Amino acid sequence: MNERTPVMEGRHITVRFGPGCPYCQEHTDLEKGRCPVCHTIWGVRDVSFQLYPGEILGIVGESGSGKSTLLKTLYFDQPATSGEATLTMYQNGKANILEASSQQRRYLRNHLMGMVYQNPMLGLRMNISSGANIAEKLIAAGSRNAGRMIDRSSRLLEHVEIPVERLRDQPRVFSGGMQQRVQISKAIANNPPILLLDEVTTGLDLSVQAKVLDLIRTIQQELGIAMMIVSHDLSVIRMMSDRTMVMLGGRVVEEGLTDQILEDPLHAYTQTLVSSLL
Amino acid sequence: MLNIDSLSKEFIMHIRGDAQIDGFQDISFSVEPGTLVAITGPSGSGKSSLLKCVYRTYTPTGGHAWYTREDGSVIDLATAEPWRIIQLREREIGYVSQFFSVIPRVSALDILTHTQTARGVEEPLARKRAAQYLERVGISPQLWDMYPATFSGGEKQRLNIANALITKPRLLLLDEPTASLDANSKSWVMEMILDLKRQGTAMVGVFHDEIAIHTLADWRYEIREKQMVPMDYKMDYAMEELAAFA
Repeated sequence: MNERTPVMEGRHITVRFGPGCPYCQEHTDLEKGRCPVCHTIWGVRDVSFQLYPGEILGIVGESGSGKSTLLKTLYFDQPATSGEATLTMYQNGKANILEASSQQRRYLRNHLMGMVYQNPMLGLRMNISSGANIAEKLIAAGSRNAGRMIDRSSRLLEHVEIPVERLRDQPRVFSGGMQQRVQISKAIANNPPILLLDEVTTGLDLSVQAKVLDLIRTIQQELGIAMMIVSHDLSVIRMMSDRTMVMLGGRVVEEGLTDQILEDPLHAYTQTLVSSLL
Repeated sequence: MLNIDSLSKEFIMHIRGDAQIDGFQDISFSVEPGTLVAITGPSGSGKSSLLKCVYRTYTPTGGHAWYTREDGSVIDLATAEPWRIIQLREREIGYVSQFFSVIPRVSALDILTHTQTARGVEEPLARKRAAQYLERVGISPQLWDMYPATFSGGEKQRLNIANALITKPRLLLLDEPTASLDANSKSWVMEMILDLKRQGTAMVGVFHDEIAIHTLADWRYEIREKQMVPMDYKMDYAMEELAAFA
């Protein structure tokens, strides 16, 4: 038990919107990550992390703190300005995936990482059936046998508690909670070792939120997927994550055990955040 | 097994004008396998903070907490990386808190089962033992499949204790484990603690209950003025014995 290899590691990841100038290069704690001189936004600034096998890492922070940008960068929706990210299961952790070619990115997205977005429209095609949505992911990973794909899609939908007879329905006729569950089943279709979740319960009503979170937790326990969960909601983080990173203005200001973050927050911003917990 | 060396905790409240609040200062003591160290002191003296610093729910601001792991290696709980703490919590270190907190919407039986399966116990056996423990802490079988959020205070506390004891931890931190229990469950909990002691578990407990202290403790300290003072208890008795032996 003395050593443990992370499934994913990020080092000094920076995402900058704008050219940067001597002022903001030097001042690292800009308010809201925005340079008052050149108006560059530092979305993510020098963020390093480790994600260990089978754990849930929570990322919490206010809107604009860079938490979603970090996740999008790892899933190639947003190019990084600098820094590197490695996956132990990809080229023995030697390749910086942030510099991967588009072909390599497709491989990483289809085999090694799943992403669940806050807005189901980003993760699903609304006008093709739920089954076809999942099949699309299976095909991307090399599946060709239609019978087996229907079989697998049915089982995945069952797993997220969507009646199999709705396999042929389009996600656009589903409720928000159901769409989110279809999105989750699509994201885990190829058994990725890593799942990224971006504010997946934001905007859902409480009982639906609970159902989606319970589902994610069950999947995590059954399949042992390592997860990064981004949320502005501390109660989601408290319920889901083992470890938590707190972001502010693009930087990680505090990280630690989730119970420590909640009961003994050390950074001024974390203290404010925890004291606003209802 | 646990060697606390000048451990200190100080809170800085940034949102209250950087106010400094002392938790406790410079506390040292050690706990051997199969013994229980009782910590007493008035409310607010830092007893619970001390336990939380060892469990790392609080981050100590000074000192060390050397812990000898099952494989014989020594780790400083005060500074160990979070993932190592998570692993130790899963496998070796248990904690009974004053307040009950678990994942919502998981039944009592499932909570106890999962605590064991996380440590590698096979599901059927884990489920059987979970039922045994629930029965022994006196939780009615009607409640086993219910969510603990609906339980009474005493029932929650009993579940909490069962959940900590069921894995037979090597080091167990107890924060007033018998506080809100009726006589029957209290005596069961004390029996369980004695049983774990016999099996070699090292324990640190915060107690107010004198009977529990007399039954369970091998050593007793009081926190006074943020510092730890050994009490003229079994410790002195042991010293006398030692003197006589010499």
